[in-house]
Amino acid sequence: MNEFIYYGDASLLKRPKWDNKNAEDKFYKYLYLRKNIAGIHKELWFHQQGDRSWLIVTRNTKNHEIIRVELATEVVKGLDK
Amino acid sequence: MSKINRIKSSFIDTTKEINFVFNGKKYKGFKGDTLSSALLANDVKLIGRSFKYHRPRGIVSHGSEEPNGLVEVICDHYNEPNTKITTVELYEGLKAKSQNCWPSVKYDLMSINDKLSKFISAGFYYKTFMWPSSFWEKIYEPLIRKAAGLGSLSLSNFSRNSEKGFLHCDVLIIGSGPAGLVSTYIAGLSGVRVILVEEDFIYGGSLNNEVFHISDMPAQDWVKSILKNLDKLPNVRLMKKTTVIGMFDHGIYGAIEKNKHKKIEQIFWKITTKKALLCSGSTERILPFQNNDLPGIMLSGSIRSYVNRWGINNLQKVLLFTNNDDAYLTAKNLIENGINCIGIVDTRNNPKKTGYKLKIYKGSQVINAFGKLNLKGVNIINKEGKITYLECDYLGVSGGWNPNIHISCHTGVKPEWNQQILAFTPGRNNISTHLKAAGSASGKFTLNGCFADAESKIKNILNELKVKPKKYVIPKFNRDKYNIDPFWFVEHGSQRKWVDFQNDVTIKDIEIAYDENFRSVEHLKRYTTLGMGTDQGKTSNVTGLAILAKLSKKSIPEVGTTVFRPPYIPLSLDAVVGPQIGKNLKPIRLTPTHNWAKANGASFTESGLWLRAEWYSKKSEKKWRESVDREVISVRNSVGFCDVSTLGKIDIQGRDAQDFINKIYSNGFAKLPIGKVRYGLMLREDGIVMDDGTTARMSENHFIMTTTTINAESVYRHLEFCHQCLWPKMDVHLISTTDAWAQIAIAGPNSRKVISKILDKEFDISNEKFPFMSCKELTICGGINARLFRISFSGELAYELSLPTQYASSFVSHLMKVGKEENIIPYGTEALGVMRIEKGHAAGAELNGTISALNLNMEKMVSSQKDSIGMILSKREGLCLPGGLRLIGLKPINPNNQLISGSHLFNENENRSPENDLGYVTSSCYSPTLKSFIALAFLKNGTRRYGQKINVSNPILKNETMAEICNPIFVDPNGDRLRG
Repeated sequence: MNEFIYYGDASLLKRPKWDNKNAEDKFYKYLYLRKNIAGIHKELWFHQQGDRSWLIVTRNTKNHEIIRVELATEVVKGLDK
Repeated sequence: MSKINRIKSSFIDTTKEINFVFNGKKYKGFKGDTLSSALLANDVKLIGRSFKYHRPRGIVSHGSEEPNGLVEVICDHYNEPNTKITTVELYEGLKAKSQNCWPSVKYDLMSINDKLSKFISAGFYYKTFMWPSSFWEKIYEPLIRKAAGLGSLSLSNFSRNSEKGFLHCDVLIIGSGPAGLVSTYIAGLSGVRVILVEEDFIYGGSLNNEVFHISDMPAQDWVKSILKNLDKLPNVRLMKKTTVIGMFDHGIYGAIEKNKHKKIEQIFWKITTKKALLCSGSTERILPFQNNDLPGIMLSGSIRSYVNRWGINNLQKVLLFTNNDDAYLTAKNLIENGINCIGIVDTRNNPKKTGYKLKIYKGSQVINAFGKLNLKGVNIINKEGKITYLECDYLGVSGGWNPNIHISCHTGVKPEWNQQILAFTPGRNNISTHLKAAGSASGKFTLNGCFADAESKIKNILNELKVKPKKYVIPKFNRDKYNIDPFWFVEHGSQRKWVDFQNDVTIKDIEIAYDENFRSVEHLKRYTTLGMGTDQGKTSNVTGLAILAKLSKKSIPEVGTTVFRPPYIPLSLDAVVGPQIGKNLKPIRLTPTHNWAKANGASFTESGLWLRAEWYSKKSEKKWRESVDREVISVRNSVGFCDVSTLGKIDIQGRDAQDFINKIYSNGFAKLPIGKVRYGLMLREDGIVMDDGTTARMSENHFIMTTTTINAESVYRHLEFCHQCLWPKMDVHLISTTDAWAQIAIAGPNSRKVISKILDKEFDISNEKFPFMSCKELTICGGINARLFRISFSGELAYELSLPTQYASSFVSHLMKVGKEENIIPYGTEALGVMRIEKGHAAGAELNGTISALNLNMEKMVSSQKDSIGMILSKREGLCLPGGLRLIGLKPINPNNQLISGSHLFNENENRSPENDLGYVTSSCYSPTLKSFIALAFLKNGTRRYGQKINVSNPILKNETMAEICNPIFVDPNGDRLRG
């Protein structure tokens, strides 16, 4: 059992609106199309064996350096502004 | 038998004899010996047979670089194959035997391979076993498996005591040689947390092989004095018998500690450090010439080590063969100890000047070795081409030294070529920020250089850690410069010259690979298996590269090197697994009524981490089905209870709780009245069904959601994701209360009667006041808080009662008492399953990650009038095909024919082939209610085929049954019972 669980690309934060035009196409892109970045990548981690917070981890996929860790709630609130 | 007479050495205690057995024969060694030093002292030169050609092989080195000395150590409960004898500390009663030979190491029948060597050179697997392809599985592979492979497993299921450990420090020092000790001491004095790891069972590294003085005292005394000082520093942790096996991201290192005779035999450490210093020393190289693999031919520095550290003196005539200065130190020590060193064959025309009497064959090379099972003599050739035979029983070879850079490559950093020492050193410019190398590991081959390098590197590290280094005067030592000739292998002669002993790779093999265009280093490695043994080519890699460089007329750095990967030494899987084996693999979760169930005849089944009662056997019941059938009939006729505490329970509160749940479930939840429960269907964002369950509204802003047992964790995580990542502004608070609340299902026509007896008086649960799908917070048994839900999984009049976990066990005892009149019984998960199949409820087997709402006939439960997770993509064409799979029921034509889960469905007249496949059976059971086997299945267009017959086919179990397609709700399809 691990303290953290990896979930995937932080682009999952940007869920399309359901009542938009072309919602199906937008959801398809949201869910399935990912950039495979060699370099700085933002991704989602869940602190399962801890405070149960969802985190946005900025990681360099070339050398696995963790550059930044933020609370997802804060990041999403920032996106909405 | 053993010889007591050893040279006096501070590492060998000749007063403490140790008995051991090798290949069935008894020997004696001393405290301080390794298995290899004890065998050498006993004149045992032949240790094993080589991997491919079964050539006789002996000890080459004195450490973990050993390519030849692999044995099987026989322990009480298991054997450990591929053990390097150079790393086994001798212990009383040790038993070991040679590998790769039959019937014995002296008369090995497979040595016929050696005569057939022309046919099994490089790439022979790829060429020989090509065709016909049908031969591969039945003939070639078993044949190769039998002949190949190093050592064999004992196949015992015994597991050693292995642990996992976690350590944290500021500086990790890898290796306790001169550089390691000095840097540890400086770091320790400066106050940072230091861990020093040493592979050997004593500290000192290469200093233990030498007899010279440091700071006017014998090297070993200097080691002792510095260790004494280190012991006084509480911030320094010394760990011997511990080998760092790899460097990983973020300053994490793996290390394996082995303690053969301690209660815990091995500990796999995960060390997290801010900085690390690699002081792993260097390893001597061989020089390939004809028959250079004969037992008796060793590394020059290792001969020196066996003499100086282990006091071995039964060497009769020792010849040395070198391209560098280091072998002269070996010669000097041999002469000082009265061992007959018959000379040095030096490839250089201007060899080192010595101050002592020693025959030097300058500008000469050893070109062939003679002897059958061990060395008898060698031919040497001088500049003029004159060949001379020299009789000797040991030949010490020195082809220069390779820094032990392996760990520095583990994060993908390429090493750099150093032309001065003719070896690779750790990549300097782009070396991982966590690791630096010092001493001979970074190519400093003089002791003075080592000390100075260690001092500067550790100061550097301390500066990076913003710690002021304490002053320490590094020891003074005068030693010659290191001088080496770029000589890599002997060209003279056409017989085989060995490069990689362990994998039987010769110069000829490298030439074949080159001729056949396997010219990149990586191709060469795989085609010839050079450096792919358990020693990872520690003695052979660079030599192989030099040969490839020569063939391709390039320099070695141009040819490049393969990258070293973890582990540095072989790591047994039980060390990685540690204690997490068998029942310790995962935690076991027990239900609140576990002990009660155990005392009342329950058998248990695993459900995720949970152990759940599967049925309760009565003494008269011989088969499990008797118990399950009885339980089902009792519930359907009167009343029974089942512990369903394992269902996930999520407490959801907040002003936006209702809106939140409405977005989580695909069906409408916006208007759930207080005191009511509703079934909810949860989709993944891709439109596939994730989970289902019920959610109860206890008050305006308080909901209780239940999930399936298996998805309790993932649904909770999903809810947190939706809240934190999608809708953080919603006022919602989530907490899992699965463990806090026990939940008991009480089902059957008499359930209301029984529950009325335990409720406190003021509560009325008549059908009018508390109809189906009601919920209420109330008290039971005189004031215990509880929650009552009128929900039914069995299809009967039923309730689920939640109460604080600690009361659950006494509650069910009480329930048995108050329900006596109604013949209440406990029932297990099997009866629960039978009743849910009879009612056509989907469960884990149906919610298998490929199923849509439509497949479950629940397409109307996906509201397109609101936003909910998965709604949009559930409308995808592929999930809404008109002829798609539908959940149906199956009844065998002959009620006694079992329908097997996993069987596929075919029209009777069609071939049983994938293109005719119409669906599959998900759940099946015997229904005592219907007195027939029944099943749930997904069938294409199934809801339109009720009443038709279909073939249920299971080709694996060779079973075919005809069944009738029907409504999946077998019992009480109108739901009259549960509303009663």
